Amino acid sequence: MQRRDFIRLSSAVASTALLGPSLAGCSQPAEWQRLMTEPPATETPTVCNICFWSCAAKVHTRGERLWKITGNPEDSHCEGRLCTRGTGGVGAYYDPNRLLKPLVRVGKGADQRFEVASWDNALALVAERMTRIAREHGPDRMAALVHGPGAAHISHLVRAYGSDSIAEPAFAQCRGPRDTGFYLTFGQGFGSPEQTDMANARCIVLIGTHIGENLHNSQVRTFTDGIRNDATIIVVDPRFSVAASKARYWLQIRPGTDIALLLAWIHVILAEQLYDADDVSRTFLGLDSLAAYVAAFTPEWAYGETGIEPQQIRETARTMAAVAPATVLHPGRHSTWWGDDTQRARAMAILAGLLGIWGRKGGYYLPEKVALPGYPTPAYPKPKSSWRDLTLPHFPLAGAPVTNVIMDNAYGKDAHYKGLFVYDTNLPMTMPGIRRILEEAARSLDLIVAVDVQPAEITGYADVVLPECSYLERYDPLRNNDEREPSIALRAPALPPRGESKPGWWIAKQIGERIGLGTYFPWKDYQEVIDWQLRQVGTSLAEMRKTGVKIFPRKTPIYYAPGETPTFDTPSGKIELYSKTLEDAGFDALPRYTRPKAPPEGFYHLNYGRAPQHSFSRTQNNPVLYQLMPENLVWIHPTAARRFGIRNGSYVELVNQDGIASNKVRVRVTERTRPDSVWLVHGFGHTAPGLFLAHGNGADDSSLMTRVLYDPIMGGTGMRGNFVTFRKGGA
Amino acid sequence: MPHYAMVIDTRTCIGCTDCVDACRMENSVPEGLCYDWVVEITQGRYPELKTEFRSERCNHCSHATCVAACPTGASQYWNGSNIVVVDATICTGCKACIAACPYDARLIMQPQGYIGKCTFCVHRVQYGEDPACVATCPAHAMHFGLLDDPTSNVSRLLAGREHYVLAPETGNEPNVFYLR
Repeated sequence: MQRRDFIRLSSAVASTALLGPSLAGCSQPAEWQRLMTEPPATETPTVCNICFWSCAAKVHTRGERLWKITGNPEDSHCEGRLCTRGTGGVGAYYDPNRLLKPLVRVGKGADQRFEVASWDNALALVAERMTRIAREHGPDRMAALVHGPGAAHISHLVRAYGSDSIAEPAFAQCRGPRDTGFYLTFGQGFGSPEQTDMANARCIVLIGTHIGENLHNSQVRTFTDGIRNDATIIVVDPRFSVAASKARYWLQIRPGTDIALLLAWIHVILAEQLYDADDVSRTFLGLDSLAAYVAAFTPEWAYGETGIEPQQIRETARTMAAVAPATVLHPGRHSTWWGDDTQRARAMAILAGLLGIWGRKGGYYLPEKVALPGYPTPAYPKPKSSWRDLTLPHFPLAGAPVTNVIMDNAYGKDAHYKGLFVYDTNLPMTMPGIRRILEEAARSLDLIVAVDVQPAEITGYADVVLPECSYLERYDPLRNNDEREPSIALRAPALPPRGESKPGWWIAKQIGERIGLGTYFPWKDYQEVIDWQLRQVGTSLAEMRKTGVKIFPRKTPIYYAPGETPTFDTPSGKIELYSKTLEDAGFDALPRYTRPKAPPEGFYHLNYGRAPQHSFSRTQNNPVLYQLMPENLVWIHPTAARRFGIRNGSYVELVNQDGIASNKVRVRVTERTRPDSVWLVHGFGHTAPGLFLAHGNGADDSSLMTRVLYDPIMGGTGMRGNFVTFRKGGA
Repeated sequence: MPHYAMVIDTRTCIGCTDCVDACRMENSVPEGLCYDWVVEITQGRYPELKTEFRSERCNHCSHATCVAACPTGASQYWNGSNIVVVDATICTGCKACIAACPYDARLIMQPQGYIGKCTFCVHRVQYGEDPACVATCPAHAMHFGLLDDPTSNVSRLLAGREHYVLAPETGNEPNVFYLR
């Protein structure tokens, strides 16, 4: 078959193969000719679920054929434009390997054999085991690991059952350090969407975050607004990212030295008095301590750590201060890197505090959400033990349950947890080193349930696999985020569920009723819940089925008023440059820089990131997105390629410092990666045999992360302290 | 004679291939094929680098060699405009247009065998809508409109910004413009 490259590198235009099928008396019209007279398709509102950005969209169907999904023009997340992944959501429905029937495991431990079960039998098994765990150990001994909007159904079930051990990898494997660092400084973290006012910024600073490759819709749009408005873009990244290619200043930082750069920036701003000392919107705790602390961290000192010229450090500090508060110091998102990540976020937050950008136009706006009441159900029972009891002794300032703590207590005969409920999160490709633990858990736990749309790696460890229908076939909780423009968005089913797959709300209710928790599900259909909630805020399901999105007027200002002295939700009510909370918990009150480990001779920093075509490890089997990007490439600098005799386009295995080898991965030799680092997109190298498209394509970066750097403050799993070398060929 | 043009801002294009994806969905493009594609050009040595992304497709040339080369008249201008389409009912799949196109923008449809290409989403343009790629671009880097209307967004963008076209030497007068 003639194939074409969707992405052509460096303009090498291949000659088109002139071979093809011969035309056998073709007289049918082309697709465009058919479309010219096609009547309008049916449009059903949805909220995209290909990533967490949750753009409101419209599903276009003709009968039971899904044509396309487009953005809802009324929605501020997407302004009518879905990203590459959201547009490819069509493939989530047509994925040839979707789970269509419940499965019950017949093997134990590493033996991943299953047989098909009826819903009745599968649910009865879950109910019987959950009842037994509650009776023999207590319901608090069941934990849940969840992700996404549908997680609310499972969380509701598990809380009603009597456990609060419900964790999302989004905390300890992703955003946790960022949110903790900003929370300790401003009394508030960041949400989705991040409240970065890039459309009004005069300067945008990205530190290791790669907007453009990370395709969070309104972030991309407002970042490009910044470009259109001639904002000064400063990008700190060892790699020449897409964002770096748009920047006036690209700082090619040595990996792991961000805190040194941040301390030097703070040094310059304090030493040169580049902040507005009279601005009353900033009341600081510990300005003098900070000034004394950073006195030694000159740009010349930072040069030795970061490799960034002192003059460049001064110039960029002056640039971001000159236009403050219209400076977005982007907090990033995935931030579990080097184990000192909360302190890295603290350094960013301190800098943001000095620049006075919190609550200011062109800096961080103040988000607001709709006051949407929850559907009335009985109060949850108080769990006999809490996730906090297990977590806080290890990670005193963890503000949310920590997945790794739960998993460390979920295997072996004496484990605290006896059962595990996993919803829509693929732990084997999310948490480094988890496969061994999952194998043990699969042997020793009384119950592991996995609810998923596809036979992802995690389902292999479950006792019972419950097939959920895709987001295009179900109602889910209303979208109601803290954001610029308070709004509610509806996900409604556009198509009937494929096979025997069922919505998450149905699964939760069925289990709940079977374990005596029916009063927590006092409705027949989840539509009743949504309609009740919508009626409390002056609309209805019928209206929302037409519009998909409803925007509400703001009740609070989006920026602080001039001259206003805000109170922050910190112990002192001020912006805490110096953190007594950290000090009292035994940590550094001001961020300490620790020199990261350098790669051993012949090894390279293993850096990873996102691609615009995929979300985490959840879309590689989507047949639409698979075609755009079937495998990941490892980016290798030409000097490294020459040294190892590696050709562009060839396959290699990556071997880490502990001798662990990756699956084979194709090489992209490029100047765009730092000579001491390689880079690859996370989420590839699937091992689940049921994922026919994704299986075996590319390398899984998380399989190479045998050294995890735990953040002692909140429990994050730092993944950047690993190094790789190359083995040619690959199996 | 409406003169349609596409203007793509390389300053804001992030190379995300959403244009490719949206086109493939909108036009039900068969597996493995595409009517538009994204080119990345990186120049220089680390750290003195420059990268440009370009979303490419049929240029809907004012003097289209593919239309001239077609022996049956299947390759034709739509409705007196510069939008080049292929009437599959009279296309013999002879591939003369493929040889004549300077942009490698035509392909053999599978399994039918007629020649497929970007239509500027003429089925949308007929109702005054933008092509699917333009309508979805999350970076708002793509623009579509009438070149013969000096007040159109494409005319204003071209008047105000430095720009270029691909293979101008062919004399085809392409109508996809790239802002520097």
